[in-house]
Amino acid sequence: MNDLQLLWRSFRAENRIFWRTPIGAFFTLGLPLVMLVLFVSLFGNDPIGTEYGEITTAQFYAAGLGVFVAASATYTNISIGLSMRRDEGILKRVRGTPIPPWVFLGGVILSAVWIAIFATTVMVGLGIVAYGVEFEAAKVPAMLVSFLAGTICFATLGMALASVAKSAASAPAIANATILPMGFISNVFIPLDDPPQWLTLAGDIFPLKPFAVAFTEAMSPFSEAPAFEWDRILVLLAWTVIGVVVAWRKFRWEPVVGASTGRRSRRST
Amino acid sequence: MSPAIEVTDLTKRYGDVHAVDGVSFSVEPGEVFAILGPNGAGKSTTVEILEGHRKRDGGSVSVLGIDPAKGGRGFRNRVGIVLQSAGIDKELSVREVLDLYATAYTHRRPVDEVLDAVELTEKADARVRSLSGGQQRRVDLALGLIGDPELIFLDEPTTGFDPAARRRSWDLVRNLAASGKTVVLTTHYLEEAEQLADRVAIMSGGRIVAEGTPESLRANADGGTVIRFALPSVGAPLSELFDPLVGDASGRDRRIEIVTPAPTADLAHITTWAVSHGIELQGLLVESTNLEDVYLQLVGDESPEASA
Repeated sequence: MNDLQLLWRSFRAENRIFWRTPIGAFFTLGLPLVMLVLFVSLFGNDPIGTEYGEITTAQFYAAGLGVFVAASATYTNISIGLSMRRDEGILKRVRGTPIPPWVFLGGVILSAVWIAIFATTVMVGLGIVAYGVEFEAAKVPAMLVSFLAGTICFATLGMALASVAKSAASAPAIANATILPMGFISNVFIPLDDPPQWLTLAGDIFPLKPFAVAFTEAMSPFSEAPAFEWDRILVLLAWTVIGVVVAWRKFRWEPVVGASTGRRSRRST
Repeated sequence: MSPAIEVTDLTKRYGDVHAVDGVSFSVEPGEVFAILGPNGAGKSTTVEILEGHRKRDGGSVSVLGIDPAKGGRGFRNRVGIVLQSAGIDKELSVREVLDLYATAYTHRRPVDEVLDAVELTEKADARVRSLSGGQQRRVDLALGLIGDPELIFLDEPTTGFDPAARRRSWDLVRNLAASGKTVVLTTHYLEEAEQLADRVAIMSGGRIVAEGTPESLRANADGGTVIRFALPSVGAPLSELFDPLVGDASGRDRRIEIVTPAPTADLAHITTWAVSHGIELQGLLVESTNLEDVYLQLVGDESPEASA
């Protein structure tokens, strides 16, 4: 059988599973959309002081939350989904069939990236249609490149987290305990205008702020085309490498049964 | 024809525990081979090594001429695996799951045909989540068949089934055997092994303690008779009762079982002893051995709780 056909089927199955789990779809997309509407209603849509200059509330949040939904569609959903399915023995079943590991995991990642594309498009689209959010055709390549770099980065980090999480119970806790605090220091939930230096540094090191800054700058009316933020994209690439290395070395297909079984971890190949 | 499975001196340790401790057997193509034993006997570990799910520590294993530890996709294309605890994505329908997995195999069977074989045609478009436990188990079975494998591993395929569903599954396994498939099944139901298997290996404590056709296992025990009774608490030393016996005594919770080639003499001794101590032996029973006795005798000898 053609592997690409298998990849396509696996991708479609993953999409179905996502849309048939309404609670996951709500937290991934519904809640952030509500946040956009809420923030613009609460704070008004006048220009506010941000790192990017004086931009409207909607301009800030449509891009920032657009990045956040992409990160949670990949990082949170992949890590929780894979560790849950490992605990249920679904990954073990796949391992006993001729489905190549890269096809299965490729389907998971492609589906998450696809959902991220959808979610970010809806978020940014709502901003444009409802709140006059601006973007320029000349800077669309920068939007796409920063979006893909960030989404792929968070997808590999989701794989890495699924690899180190011991069970389906610990994965959501770790995912939320990492991405939510990151959200507050990364120009996603709150516009940072001259924060303390250590917070700036923390934000710059972790991947969410580079993602948010690169994407928001590509949409900001003050940035000059082509508006590529290469230093930020480089940070995302570095985190992608870390994600790949951890996932490659630690990914397991079988549930962890206690700690004393001495079961060795398996590679993803 | 070369054997479908050839296992020699297989060992597997988890820490200090010898889960599989020097197991050898072979399975011919088209044979139904049952591995029977209590929980923790090493059945599942053995089968998981044959499936390629687990690495062995020692010995050699050849499945369809391939070492499963190294067999990649080509190997998995030729075997069907029905695991004890492999999940299914519950948001997909039965047909969607079968379609998805079928795509991976080169010799896949038509989905409708497989649905029919496991009697799930009516549930084809139902989400897996909405199925009962037994129906989900049949999806498991369907996934094991979808690639039209030469060799099928069934790890306790009917655990949790009601008696009617169990019998229907047995028919399914018989049909597989009739179509020339090799079947390896593990079970702790003796009746299942007796009903389905051409040959049975009884495992206990990581070793094979008996192997043969159900008939030959029974024949080996032939001439043996079992004497069963419950022993009340007695002041008299039990050595007086047990030492002179010709047969082997074993017991648990004061229920005594004696397998003996000399039932007349042993029974006479037991009843004489009981009468002389004024003891009534509850549930005294004498019968010729069946496969269950062979099994319990073998497994009981090896299992730690019987050594007390």
